[in-house]
Amino acid sequence: MGQFLQQLINGIQLGSIYALIALGYTMVYGIVRLINFAHADIFMVGAYMGYFLAPVMAKVFGGAFIPTIIAAMLITGLLGFIMEKLAYRPLRYKSRLSALITALGVSLFLENFCALPFVFGPTFRKFPDLIVAKNIPLPGSLGLIIDNVLLLDVGVSVVLMVLLFWFVNKTLIGKQMRAVSFDKPTASLMGINIDVVISTAFIVGPALAGAGGILFGVTYGSLNSPSLGIWWGLKAFIAAVLGGIGNIPGAVLGAYIMGISEAFATSVNSNLGYGIAFAILIGILLVRPSGLLGKFMPEKV
Amino acid sequence: MLLEVRNIDVFYGSIRALKDVSFNVDKGEIVSIIGANGAGKSTTLRAISGILRAASGSIIYNGQDITHTPPHLIARMGISQVPEGRGIFGNLTVQENLDVALSSVKDKKSAGPNQDKVFSLFPRLKERRRQISGTLSGGEQQMLAVGRGLMQNNPFMLLDEPSMGLSPVLVEEIFGIIVEINRLGKTVLLVEQNAFKALSIANRGYVLETGSLVLSGTAAELRDNPDVKKAYLGG
Repeated sequence: MGQFLQQLINGIQLGSIYALIALGYTMVYGIVRLINFAHADIFMVGAYMGYFLAPVMAKVFGGAFIPTIIAAMLITGLLGFIMEKLAYRPLRYKSRLSALITALGVSLFLENFCALPFVFGPTFRKFPDLIVAKNIPLPGSLGLIIDNVLLLDVGVSVVLMVLLFWFVNKTLIGKQMRAVSFDKPTASLMGINIDVVISTAFIVGPALAGAGGILFGVTYGSLNSPSLGIWWGLKAFIAAVLGGIGNIPGAVLGAYIMGISEAFATSVNSNLGYGIAFAILIGILLVRPSGLLGKFMPEKV
Repeated sequence: MLLEVRNIDVFYGSIRALKDVSFNVDKGEIVSIIGANGAGKSTTLRAISGILRAASGSIIYNGQDITHTPPHLIARMGISQVPEGRGIFGNLTVQENLDVALSSVKDKKSAGPNQDKVFSLFPRLKERRRQISGTLSGGEQQMLAVGRGLMQNNPFMLLDEPSMGLSPVLVEEIFGIIVEINRLGKTVLLVEQNAFKALSIANRGYVLETGSLVLSGTAAELRDNPDVKKAYLGG
């Protein structure tokens, strides 16, 4: 029982980081029907921003965590904005395959560009101690342990997700985003500037991934190389598909299912871990091809 | 003249959907374009609202050339289109559909009075404002689509087949509302397969056949025209 709950807790921590990344995939897909493969690398850039900015922020502000995460979100948001303008906008009315291949290209470019010695460099870097981990044993006979980093991961994710839900459901631009994702021509008849809405999705999604990158750095303490985004991005992408890509609550649900199943699987056997997690995904997608909360919609002509 | 369409051609790929179409709408009028399915009626409206681009010719609204203006700016300049097949945002609530329509409105203070007007025309929408609009009945969706157009409070409304798929009772109701909208001071360009109803409320009309305008005249003239009678009015 203790072991079970402990893995559940670990899974929730992992799922929180996946959720922040998965939301960006799903928001962008919902609006432009593009799987932005470069999103994984934006997450990586967010993590590296933590590495470079934390010492500066510590000097300027004293406490480093909150200024660092905000700065990283601003920078990754800007990166997303530029990426859309330069790489995807020119292909807006071309075939979707062109945009998809461009996304792969942008991803490879970011990875390799960032690995240049005068950018982030290809080598291992230790993430700064933004938060010093402290174990907090939970009362009770089960021997459960959490730490302050876990609370931080879950807390930051939940706060950002609540803000996002508010943004999407209550603000005019949020309602515009949902309208655009449903029907672009009609949305433009409403006076909605589609370009602004698309740019917004490409700012908000990457900003969340940037926050995820900081949490990743704080949690795991090391940045192996600028390729570190690939695995995280892939799993978050699958989480978004699992929940129903294009559906925001679905991305969160998928991310937690992914995190929890991975935590359980790796606790059984660390090599089996991914395999079992992916098997669960395949199982769910066999039963519900459009994802847990996704609606299968025939393509509109 | 509020709207002047001059010699426009519109293509879908290589198919020429509109051929040298010219017509005009004066302020305060109800003008109907009638024609069979596929004649290019919707295409005409979409070209005006900017969703489709005219390959040649020009469209002048209120003295300004809007031929190449993007649709969201045309909506802000004063033209509302109620699209064919209702085109409501099925994932949004009734209220949110109305909110989103305000994207074209600069002065957000007018939102309250606009909405009161919409709800007084369509009390059903007020009852259902929290409902996801995709679950509304066909008639209610049509009311929402028209209500959303009215929310923008634009002087010129393009209505694309507002009677499509509605029961006879609802058709009566929706045409009554169009007349009411016109009485409130809005100019209406109406596209309809239901030629009889369309010509019964219009001041003037045009007949579109396979992409070309073949006839024009006052509504009464068109109603009495033997060709129109035969082709569109059931004898």
